Amino acid sequence: MKVSVRAKHILNRHRLEMLIEPIIEWLIRLCGVSAIIFVFSIFFFVFREGSDFLFRGFDLVEFFTSPEWYPSSVSHKRYGAFALIAGTGSVTALAMFIGVPFGLGAAIYISEFCEPRLKEAFKIIIEILAAIPSVVWGFIGLTVMNRLIIYLFDAPIGLTVLNGGIILSLMTLPVMVSISEDALRAVPDSYREAAEALGATRWQMVYKVLLPAAKNGLLAAVLLGIGRAVGETMAVLMATGHSVNIPKSPLDSVRTLTATIAAELGESPLHSDHYQALFIIGILLFFITFIINITADVIIKGIREK
Amino acid sequence: MFCKLKNNSIIPLMAGCATLFCLFVTGCSNKNDNSASSSKKSVIQNAGSDTVVNLAQTFAEEYAKFNPAVSVEVSGGGSGTGIAALINGTVDIANSSRQMTEEEIERTKQNTGKEPKEIIVGLDALAVYVHKGNPLEQITIEQLAEIYGEGGSIDKWSQLGIYNLSCSNDEIIRVSRQSNSGTYFYFREALLGKNHDFKLGSRDLQGSKDVVELIGRAPCAIGYSGMGYGTENVKKLKIARKTGETAYGPNIEATLNGTYPISRPLYMYTLGEPTGKIKEYLDWITSDAGQKLVETCGYVPVTQKK
Repeated sequence: MKVSVRAKHILNRHRLEMLIEPIIEWLIRLCGVSAIIFVFSIFFFVFREGSDFLFRGFDLVEFFTSPEWYPSSVSHKRYGAFALIAGTGSVTALAMFIGVPFGLGAAIYISEFCEPRLKEAFKIIIEILAAIPSVVWGFIGLTVMNRLIIYLFDAPIGLTVLNGGIILSLMTLPVMVSISEDALRAVPDSYREAAEALGATRWQMVYKVLLPAAKNGLLAAVLLGIGRAVGETMAVLMATGHSVNIPKSPLDSVRTLTATIAAELGESPLHSDHYQALFIIGILLFFITFIINITADVIIKGIREK
Repeated sequence: MFCKLKNNSIIPLMAGCATLFCLFVTGCSNKNDNSASSSKKSVIQNAGSDTVVNLAQTFAEEYAKFNPAVSVEVSGGGSGTGIAALINGTVDIANSSRQMTEEEIERTKQNTGKEPKEIIVGLDALAVYVHKGNPLEQITIEQLAEIYGEGGSIDKWSQLGIYNLSCSNDEIIRVSRQSNSGTYFYFREALLGKNHDFKLGSRDLQGSKDVVELIGRAPCAIGYSGMGYGTENVKKLKIARKTGETAYGPNIEATLNGTYPISRPLYMYTLGEPTGKIKEYLDWITSDAGQKLVETCGYVPVTQKK
């Protein structure tokens, strides 16, 4: 008797679970699919807002080659984004020039040379770096770095490519360090043991064995860092001087694609040419980061399959 | 006491943050209190020009003492932003440092069915600032046009006949505003007329105060901003219309008798003829009490003109 009651109870509970389980499964599936829906609807929205002008005589050649960005001119509106592209390119390149050696160095130190307790502390601190809001970085660029650059380089003004590049390199460090560190850790210990058994020093092991073995992961880390740098808005808006200008040295001011959208979208009347030109910049940015992220993903996937 | 915020960049920012923080904190807990007080207090939404924002804020604060039943919420963002909000019907009063264009008036009529009503609340003399170490004392409109205008020939301080000791490479650094600023539009029109554009490559800053602050740190720089924004690190130039004519400094007297070449009215716009609490507020602004505040904020009151 007793046993059968218990069995019934279990059976009842089982039935309830049978009912709830598919619902939960659907909810979870919905959460997963929603991410895809969001990405596609964002792309659709950005494209829709810009497409009208894009297919109605927007001069793509001018857009990519002319440095003349005059969206609010009364007599002669011109939408040349070359200077803006050069601005984004130069700041990103400088950020990577500074950030990659530091990022990879930090990752190598944390994964290979650091004692375990210190390692945790370092990782936490680097994560805190990622938690600093970009407007705070911009503020540092506008005040501290501006004065520092004027003082150190005797520059007429401190809001420059150099300023933006340094700020951006610090902002991209967390992404690069954590992904490079993952990549280094993914190298099997047998590699390290083999290198040591052959009498390699620690540095030789890192240089000759670990870096070549982890190169795909490290490349992916750099690519994601670039993606972050290209998309950053507020900090570069404040630190680079916001000047439509093709830079000839790191001490020139520039304006980036993202900063242009941020500064001008508020003023441009809905669906005007100017508004749509800004969305075309948005489409361009979307493509750049899309390609960078896809490449990084393909590379990371390549490692996992190995 | 009034308008003391304008020369300090950090205080408004902190005040903004504090307000946001308060909103967050009180947002949830005091919901009932808020709705109770809002039923007693009527709110006027006021947004627009960054030039007018300090003045508008002062109006709002003083009016709260005069008439506690009405609270005026003021925000900046640029004249274009305020006018766009008026067209969309999201503000009661738009502040602007330029007149609305025909196109904007047309769109307001289409969108809201009402004609925008213009009120002049004060006069602003736009000052041309240089670093305090710059030996230049006066400049002509023609020279300014050569410095700022597209195709203009002046880009060295020595071309103005001075030797700017503290600026080692002699280059004139142009400081300008982002293109949704009414100050930008007004300065462009005053210098270059309707059909010409600025030279690219100027540092375009986001606020009237930022311009002055940057010039205070950069000995090579020249820039324009409201005359109320001066600090001890910068110098206001006297301005003549043409070479050979007398130059006048930006002061109340020269603005009122029209001898100072770049001064402009500051506007507030409402949708249709103002009524009720908005009319009372605007009447108070144009009264002696309101106009006194215009003077304390560093602008020129309009009532004196009559």
